[in-house]
Amino acid sequence: MYQYDEYDQQLLDERVAQFRGQMQRFLAGELSEDEFRPLRLQNGLYIQRHAPMYRVSVPYGHLASRQLRKLGHLARTYDRGYAHFTTRTNVQFNWPKLETVPDMLAELASVQMHSNQTSGNCIRNITADPFAGVAADEVADPRPFAEILRQWATYNPEFAYLPRKFKVAFNSSTENRVVLRVYDIGLDLVRNEAGELGFRVLVGGGLGRTPILAEEIRSFLPWSQMITYCEAIIRVYNRWGRRDNAWKARIKILVKALGVDAFREEVEAEWALSKDGPSTITAAELARVSAHFAPPPYVELPAEDPAFERQLAGNKAFATWFKRNVRPHRQPGYASVVLSLKKTGTAPGDVSAEQFDAIAELADQYSFGEARMLHEQNVALADVRRDQLFELWQAARELGLATPNIGLISNIICCPGGDFCALANARSLPIADDIQRRFDDLDYQHDIGELDLNISGCMNSCGHHHVGHIGVLGVDKNNEEWYQVTIGGSQGNGTTLGKVIGPSFAAEEVVDVVEQLINTYLELRHADERFIDTVHRLGSEPFKQRVYAERQPQRKPAHV
Amino acid sequence: MCEHIDLIKNGRLLRETRALVVIAENEDPANIAVPAGPVLVPLAVWQARRPELLARARNGELGVWLAAGEDPDALGEDLASLQLIALDFPKFTDGRSYSAATRLRLHHGYRGELRAIGQVLRDQFNYLNRCGFDALQPPVGRYDHEQLQAAVASIVDFTLPYQRSVADPLPLFRRVERGALQAGELS
Repeated sequence: MYQYDEYDQQLLDERVAQFRGQMQRFLAGELSEDEFRPLRLQNGLYIQRHAPMYRVSVPYGHLASRQLRKLGHLARTYDRGYAHFTTRTNVQFNWPKLETVPDMLAELASVQMHSNQTSGNCIRNITADPFAGVAADEVADPRPFAEILRQWATYNPEFAYLPRKFKVAFNSSTENRVVLRVYDIGLDLVRNEAGELGFRVLVGGGLGRTPILAEEIRSFLPWSQMITYCEAIIRVYNRWGRRDNAWKARIKILVKALGVDAFREEVEAEWALSKDGPSTITAAELARVSAHFAPPPYVELPAEDPAFERQLAGNKAFATWFKRNVRPHRQPGYASVVLSLKKTGTAPGDVSAEQFDAIAELADQYSFGEARMLHEQNVALADVRRDQLFELWQAARELGLATPNIGLISNIICCPGGDFCALANARSLPIADDIQRRFDDLDYQHDIGELDLNISGCMNSCGHHHVGHIGVLGVDKNNEEWYQVTIGGSQGNGTTLGKVIGPSFAAEEVVDVVEQLINTYLELRHADERFIDTVHRLGSEPFKQRVYAERQPQRKPAHV
Repeated sequence: MCEHIDLIKNGRLLRETRALVVIAENEDPANIAVPAGPVLVPLAVWQARRPELLARARNGELGVWLAAGEDPDALGEDLASLQLIALDFPKFTDGRSYSAATRLRLHHGYRGELRAIGQVLRDQFNYLNRCGFDALQPPVGRYDHEQLQAAVASIVDFTLPYQRSVADPLPLFRRVERGALQAGELS
């Protein structure tokens, strides 16, 4: 993975000093609350419901074992012994003390980590395919580009006070694993007819109150122009994006207002002034950064492994885990493993200090000292020898990290919700817990098959409910928690936004509603049809009818 | 009559006297009073009274200020005559003037004084400077002299930024020889 040189380190150290000074001036009363707010946000520090929340950046989800140990250390030393993985490959601490956050940042900087621009109206943490460099369907490794763009975005003086937050993701494979179309800019690595590498550029996606899927603004951009073109897009947005209403301030609203063609004209005119200019990426710079992502020293392994086949055949639990949580790898004899953070009874995405240490240990032992975060709030070990999978599975099981539920209903994406977040309208964790308990039987889950269930505690949609096959959204009605249910959303190449099935539900009803949706599917499905396929084939009507017919008598009216 | 204003110009603390003309509601830019001596006038006044004000602009006595969201392209060929342009920050979180400054410097080649006015606070000095503002005018009374002197230091919060900007015509990867990987670092 990327290793800092003296320039990276100096910039980060200067950031630590800057933020320490700002915190001191805030505590001394020299900086007002309003003046301090964007400064602390751009360093990842929120003021939350119970305590400050500190959001740490994990660029494109890559973590070295020493960084995992540092996160565990922070959880133990400055927090209550755990932290939370988000859908944006950030790590959140929920109980730090305000005045100790600069110390936490300094600790992070000692292992080449930070909380740069994890909040605020600036360019946020950049995400990429979690299986970059190992996926069989990869066009090219996105990580060198993601790192080059990260550097360009970091402390970028022109784009720190945009109309609203700005998120960029890279897709690099045939199967889109990053929800590319819900990003402000989506960069899709492609080759043109001449075989040259570049990007298909998408713009104007986003979830939130007005979910919109990004549209193509350019079918092919040479990789060398990645910075100049992104700069042109963001400059047009910075100049003309709305600033009068925070709900209308994302770039998606500007793109919709102008129309993608008029927006493209603005961008192309701006780009003409900087295209091929000094920010053009040189082959030398790409080679320098790419060297950091060279494949690890794999050993030569046979394509066939009879001993492994015997392990699979001889242990049903292992075989189930292998089917759900292990992915094929480019290198013969290797596999990628997803460690599930979705064990029933634990908050989705939460990791204890002990688990941080244990994951670091597993990474060191089985995967060249590296781990990767997934936007589904799990952790992957990307480079595991097949002949060590059984051993790894046993170790992961001891640690509660081997629940074989990847892609299944209990692999819930869930934001921290009203239990922690000041923005939330409703709690999301108890809903996730209800659903995990109701569907705890793994045979039942496997029978239901692939199903993405996503929960957000408010319109900001951190839990990606719009793209869940089943989505649950917490809403506030007269200071009561209610939940809107959507079906038909999906991520991946054919990303679709779910549709609300009707009036919202009380918290205790949600799990029954989910079960009714599932039962409807089980009765109506064709062979080999996933829940989402049945919804797309039949529409939402049969699901709605079932849910509301069974609920009519006790429903309160007017909770739409 | 105009009070002194504190100004940080090219990293040095100065005091100067310069009137700021603001168009009140119902006032006509064509008839508004433009005081003698150093002054900043709004874009609308400049556009309405250009022939009358041109000589004062050429000798630097008169500058033009643009509201956030006003397009510097509107100055057209006058950019060659103007010695002083100011860009307003109605709120310090309104970032439009960072892009306006960048465009003025990099696209239009403007070389005169570029002054940040309005909610200009020390925690933005570094970014303002890098976007081409060589003069920073914080709100009158916001900082005492001692605080301002300390604030001057924050102009160089980041000494070797990654990206190209007005202040750094080349991105870091073209400015310096960046470190190659040390042997063993990838293991």
